[in-house]
Amino acid sequence: MLQIECPWCGARDQEEFQYGGEAHIVRPENPDSLTDAHWADYLFNRTNVKGVHAEQWCHAAGCRRWFNVLRDTMSYKILAAYRPGEQPPGSEE
Amino acid sequence: MRKDRYSIFSLARNAVSYHQDWSEAWRSPEPAPSYDVIVVGGGGHGLATAYYLAAEHNVGRIAVLEKGWIGGGNTGRNTTIVRSNYLWDEAAHLYEKSLKIWEGLSQELNFNVMFSQRGVMNLGHTLQDMRDIYRRSNANRLNGIDSEILTPAEIKAKVPAMNVSSEARYPVLGASFQPRGGVARHDAVAWGFARAADARGVDIIQNCEVTGIRREKGAVCGVETSRGYISAKKVAVVVAGHASVLADMAELRLPVESHPLQALVSEPLKPVLDTVIMSNAVHGYVSQSDKGELVIGAGIDAYTGYGQRGSFSIIEGNVAAIVELFPIFSRVRMLRQWGGIVDVCPDACPIISKTPVSGLYFNCGWGTGGFKATPGSGWVFAHTVARDEPHELNAAFDLDRFTTGALIDEHGAAGVAH
Ligand SMILES: Cc1cc2nc3c(=O)[nH]c(=O)nc-3n(C[C@H](O)[C@H](O)[C@H](O)COP(=O)(O)OP(=O)(O)OC[C@H]3O[C@@H](n4cnc5c(N)ncnc54)[C@H](O)[C@@H]3O)c2cc1C
Ligand SMILES: [Zn+2]
Repeated sequence: MLQIECPWCGARDQEEFQYGGEAHIVRPENPDSLTDAHWADYLFNRTNVKGVHAEQWCHAAGCRRWFNVLRDTMSYKILAAYRPGEQPPGSEE
Repeated sequence: MRKDRYSIFSLARNAVSYHQDWSEAWRSPEPAPSYDVIVVGGGGHGLATAYYLAAEHNVGRIAVLEKGWIGGGNTGRNTTIVRSNYLWDEAAHLYEKSLKIWEGLSQELNFNVMFSQRGVMNLGHTLQDMRDIYRRSNANRLNGIDSEILTPAEIKAKVPAMNVSSEARYPVLGASFQPRGGVARHDAVAWGFARAADARGVDIIQNCEVTGIRREKGAVCGVETSRGYISAKKVAVVVAGHASVLADMAELRLPVESHPLQALVSEPLKPVLDTVIMSNAVHGYVSQSDKGELVIGAGIDAYTGYGQRGSFSIIEGNVAAIVELFPIFSRVRMLRQWGGIVDVCPDACPIISKTPVSGLYFNCGWGTGGFKATPGSGWVFAHTVARDEPHELNAAFDLDRFTTGALIDEHGAAGVAH
């Protein structure tokens, strides 16, 4: 059972949250010029990493806001939570 | 290499020596420096692939590399439901091929896989459920797959323990029933394929983890393993929840996400349930093993994970639904609970395919429902690897479908489905 830190409300039980899949997938800027292979990659392919995963959660039964989480997909340990638009903690930018 | 045949006579003969002298079911050879085909992953699908490669295709030396022990992945963790009542033609044909192989598998492998055709019942709880059930059942019949529709009274006659009253929280409005569906003994499937493959010269190498896929000029040439480098002309990857990890070793990206899926078994009971009950709407399915345990499966956790365990809330919701359906089970004690890592595709259908790397093949994406497909999956994958082109049964399950858009949307059709 996870305890997730909402950046606005603080630590809450996993049951209050909805999972939103991999984070930081950016919609292509020029959809018209994309090849089918690029579309497939954007729509369907996922890193599905075994290790630290950047992912989206929504505090559905709370403030209803989306945010990002870094979670270890082996231990399920949550390493950080940060607001949309922010870079993951520890990244270069 | 020829094994003793298992039979009533060998059983009697070995009884005399108190079962101390049975020959080993498969060898445990050291890995050779090179093979013609390496199968990565010693689950049921990988072992079946190796068996059919050896039995039906002339491909030379074959090895199965398993990082742990054979059958220790999803093969040994699933609830063993076997059926072929899928909606879309492509899926129906593939799973029906598999079901046909199941029907003769114990004889073919000379290993009792305890395939029990006790029927599989899919319940409908809402009007829309029933419309979907009629549609799927009709589609099944058009494809020559057995399917019946049962009324609540007929369900009650078959399964007296179920609460079908209109007062129930999840009223049962009807069901589809596939009489040829059922369950099989999961371990026996891995062991049976392993023994039969070994008898045909396949090297089964356990405790051998693949850590890299070596390529030269766009073609595969071998694998790095925890027991050293092994070269190979072809590499066939069948690692279920670890598909993305292996794909990454060849710089490929897959439309797959790995999720925890849980199951649990009860203490053994007297016979109370002689068929398989599935309910997509309440995300629960239950059967009774030959030992008497209730075998109960839950749904996946929404988050991705490789930890072979899931959230308690999933089990809680699952057990609550089962107890609503079977109030008689409310005081049964559960003995064990566990999780596996299932590889889910966006359209809930597998990928059985060549890849952009020549000589590298992937079989994955079976998600929550690949046990039933074990023999059929191995059979079509062996064909794909040996001939370097798909069999007509798996041509639609190419990796390419995510680029062309020709998805096979069993997710929308089947809801949860195992
Ligand atoms: C709880 C649960 C219930 C289920 N219920 C059903 C059901 O009722 N009916 C049904 O049809 N399906 C069911 N399934 C799904 C089914 O179990 C799987 O689809 C199927 O067993 C997959 O078989 P496999 O041989 O591909 O995978 P596995 O048995 O998981 O085999 C893959 C193997 O690859 C090995 N491996 C991974 N990485 C490496 C590496 N780097 N090097 C070497 N080896 C590696 C693993 O150790 C593993 O043994 C269920 C699954 C779960 C978890
Ligand atoms: Zn919040």
